[in-house]
Amino acid sequence: MTTTTASTELRARQDKGRKAAQNREKWAQARTYISAVVILIWCLAPAYWMVVTAFREVGFTYDTSLLPTHVTLDNFATAFDTSFGNRFGQALINSVFIGVTVTAISLLIGVFAAYALARLNFRFKFLVLGFILGASMFPGVALITPLFQLFTNIGWMGTYQALIIPNISFVLPLTVYTLTSFFREMPWELEESARVDGCTQGQAFRKVIMPLAAPAIFTTAILAFISSWNEFLIASQLSNDATQPVTVAIASFAGAQPNQIPYTAIMAAGTIVTIPLVILVLVFQRKIVAGLTAGAVK
Amino acid sequence: MATELGPTPVKGPASGGTPVHHGPKGVGEDNKILSQGKWATWLLAPTIIALGIVIVYPIISAIVMSFQKDAGLDPATGLFTAGGPAGIQNYVNWLGQQCAAPGGGTVACPPGTLGGQFWSATGTTFLFTVITVTFETILGFWMAMIMARTFKGRGLVRAAVLVPWAIPTAVTAQLWLFIFAFEGIANKLFNASILWTGSEWPAKWAVIIADTWKTTPFMALLILAGLQMIPADVYEAAKVDGATAWQRFRLITLPLVKPALMVAILFRTLDALRMFDLPYILTGGANNTTTLSILVINQIRQGFNSAAALSTITFIIIFLVAFIFVRFLGANVVEQSGATGKGKK
Amino acid sequence: MKTPRFLLPAATAGVLALTLTACGGGGGGGTTGGGSDAEANLEGRGPITYVQGKDNSNVVRPLLDKWNAAHPDEQVTFKEQTDQADQQHDDLVQNFQAKNENYDVVSVDVVWTAEFAARGWLQPLEGNMAIETDGMLEPTIEAGSYQDKLYTAPVSSDGGILYYRKDLVPEAPKTWDEMMGMCSIAKENNIGCYAGQFKQYEGLTVNASEAINSAGGSVLGDDGKPNLTTPEAEEGLNNLVDAFKNGNIPAEAITYQEEESRRAFQEGKLLFLRNWPYVYNLATTEGSSQVKDVLGMAALPGKDGPGASSLGGHNAAISVYSKNKATALDFVKFLIEEEQQKFFATQGSLAPVLGDLYEDQELVAKLPYLPVLKTSIENAVPRPVTPFYPAVTQAIQENSYAALKGEKSAEQALADMQKSIESAGAGS
Repeated sequence: MTTTTASTELRARQDKGRKAAQNREKWAQARTYISAVVILIWCLAPAYWMVVTAFREVGFTYDTSLLPTHVTLDNFATAFDTSFGNRFGQALINSVFIGVTVTAISLLIGVFAAYALARLNFRFKFLVLGFILGASMFPGVALITPLFQLFTNIGWMGTYQALIIPNISFVLPLTVYTLTSFFREMPWELEESARVDGCTQGQAFRKVIMPLAAPAIFTTAILAFISSWNEFLIASQLSNDATQPVTVAIASFAGAQPNQIPYTAIMAAGTIVTIPLVILVLVFQRKIVAGLTAGAVK
Repeated sequence: MATELGPTPVKGPASGGTPVHHGPKGVGEDNKILSQGKWATWLLAPTIIALGIVIVYPIISAIVMSFQKDAGLDPATGLFTAGGPAGIQNYVNWLGQQCAAPGGGTVACPPGTLGGQFWSATGTTFLFTVITVTFETILGFWMAMIMARTFKGRGLVRAAVLVPWAIPTAVTAQLWLFIFAFEGIANKLFNASILWTGSEWPAKWAVIIADTWKTTPFMALLILAGLQMIPADVYEAAKVDGATAWQRFRLITLPLVKPALMVAILFRTLDALRMFDLPYILTGGANNTTTLSILVINQIRQGFNSAAALSTITFIIIFLVAFIFVRFLGANVVEQSGATGKGKK
Repeated sequence: MKTPRFLLPAATAGVLALTLTACGGGGGGGTTGGGSDAEANLEGRGPITYVQGKDNSNVVRPLLDKWNAAHPDEQVTFKEQTDQADQQHDDLVQNFQAKNENYDVVSVDVVWTAEFAARGWLQPLEGNMAIETDGMLEPTIEAGSYQDKLYTAPVSSDGGILYYRKDLVPEAPKTWDEMMGMCSIAKENNIGCYAGQFKQYEGLTVNASEAINSAGGSVLGDDGKPNLTTPEAEEGLNNLVDAFKNGNIPAEAITYQEEESRRAFQEGKLLFLRNWPYVYNLATTEGSSQVKDVLGMAALPGKDGPGASSLGGHNAAISVYSKNKATALDFVKFLIEEEQQKFFATQGSLAPVLGDLYEDQELVAKLPYLPVLKTSIENAVPRPVTPFYPAVTQAIQENSYAALKGEKSAEQALADMQKSIESAGAGS
């Protein structure tokens, strides 16, 4: 009767409410997916064109069919071909080596610096911050000549350190600033409590703060690695055949004829250097995220 | 261990990113600062040294060179001879767009000289910077918000976002040149016949689109890292309190991401002000797309000393922008720690 | 306290540098003529390095192997630069400035000769260091000289060729006006008539200089001063400007570099194309080419006969800082011997500098454009030979680009070029 009606009504209303909530949830989920698709298209469409071109025969470089046509693997073979003095394979190794070293060193000394800037009180802090930022203000193109002379004078031309040290300096300001800004957000009282528990300051930092800062450090590492991976101007003048990174190797690609631009080989090289990098980052990210959640659940 | 720590203390927008402080400790304070200063010196030394070698030395050498004249031709031998001291003439020439006159002295730079492009290059550089950084911030924020959500295929999106940035610039620039060719895929796709690199605004847009595409991931990643540092329970609490999505964004997300966001914007701005490869390869600087860095490298080929002066001017311009940025837009990135470090006294 | 004091140190660095100026010289700035360097080590023998841009078609390595087999004590090492001319130039400048003694023999683009010579970086090829130039095409020697002194040995040359559609044009046009008259054929077939390279880059300097020189004008006078405010120069530039205006040159050609223009021609969208010899090989072999069997070649059209092509190519120069100049000289002589020249042509499609080779039956069979190219190079005018070449090419590019786009008249553009070039030469 009335009570039943009331309860049915109530249930109906609740159902409605739940349905509305579910709908809202669904709608939100749908919007997320739509956005994700838009992001995918925006980021991948030009890259898709790179890949399609990479698989085209040289003779059909300028084909504009959207789907792959005149498919061939020749361009990849051309990219790795060493008979004309190309050293793309060696350059890949060089780039990885330079990138990893730059990332590791700049992260290490960047973490030191950021810790000092975020946690310690000392005089001239503003001076140091300004100095570090000032390093990102000089036009990079104007650094080449002085560096060339400096490295010639000390006999470093063409060495790995002549490529690694400038790259460290290019990524350091960003590394230090990013880490400082994240470190300042850290719940440092945890470090204090860990010290109360008997950890040294170093242990407390490593065991408590570092895991919390992992996303930030990881992001910074990607940023540092990719900047060094992308660096071209300095490397083009300071490297030699044995130490050149991929960016320089790609700029050395030449067509079979003078004046001919080897677009297909360049795009193949672009594909080769991009895809493994992205996969690598993805794997690392999974690992690190997994490690983090595991730690938190414990 | 995490359970012991309890819920992460929520820092409201008001407290921003203020680090935890132990307050004045009376007599011990000065000693503490001293010992911390010692520590800080050791921790900062590697960074300072690395930057010193690679950045400070070139800057100083550029400044020294900028007060010398460019080498001139000795009419008798046909050989270049060192120009001698120039005082501030190189600077005066750039800022006033003055070029050497055949009879001695200077005249207003005629079209076709680098000297005549200084102010237009400055304008172009700022235009590119403002537009690309704005686009990249908005797009990057949006991408980061999406990537921070949980959904199937999130890993794919995160990987995809990296792609534009992971492609080396040398390839990117060629790729866009290829795409924006008259018979290229861009025109074909939209059934247009735009002279992308051949007229002013299309050329500018070509550069802006290519740059935005390439560097948005940088923004997105940094902002995402900032988002990931926000504890989920803050959102839950706000949701329970009935905050709308917009309120949550404005009152929680934005303030908590602000430090990371500011670092991202600051560094993007500094980078954009030094933009070089994309316009250089896409347009060669034609159609008013010459940036200050392009002007510098073109000038290096014509005379090192004027180029050194131009580099220094560019440095000063970027310095001023950073100054204004920090002063007025409240890039509390650095300010707070500077203030707390000194302000305690 | 809100002032970003942290920015102060950057300013402090500036002040510091100011105080340093008093003590330091202009580090690495201008250079003086290397008189003493040019007299040193003339007898030196030993291993040397040869520096050149990317060796696209693998010609240098086999030649070096050959040389090294014959000269075990004077081995030549190959230092390969990138494929981009700007970077090759900058790399050479950096190494010369650093007085790198390991850059013994360097390959220089013809347009860099005067600049490097005036910097005192190149060993003059005179006296004991002279090379045999008999039999070389005259313009190549001219382009290798600065102030009547040979500084670089011509190794390979290059000149513009007019490609045309044999199926649509019965006979190649001899003059510009004749060619413009044939544009009605292009209209009937609904294709563009003529294109060269008109994007604002080095290629535009090539094309604009060709237009000016072909009409009887010149960029620089004999005194090395700009000579652009002449009716001939104006007529030349106006030929291009008018063709853009009336559509004989399609509007999109303003975005063309070599490759874009080759592509348009190969896809059958152009009746005439000005380009370098490399187009022949690609247009006759590439799968996508629509003009394989109908490709015609002729000298560039001029005012009343063959036009004046801009000269391309690369020369070999000996660095004044080399320790083994005698070996370096022998190596340069080796590069310009007929046998090596022939190898450059057959293996690398590089145009020889020796006139006789253009009539060599074997070579002509392989490279049918050689007779046409010979005419082109014989009539070629080097791009302005001046130590201020970077400024001169900038002036030509920017002003002729504006004229082609209709932003200023040809007359105005030439007047501006004239003033810009005068200003460059007046520097300090």
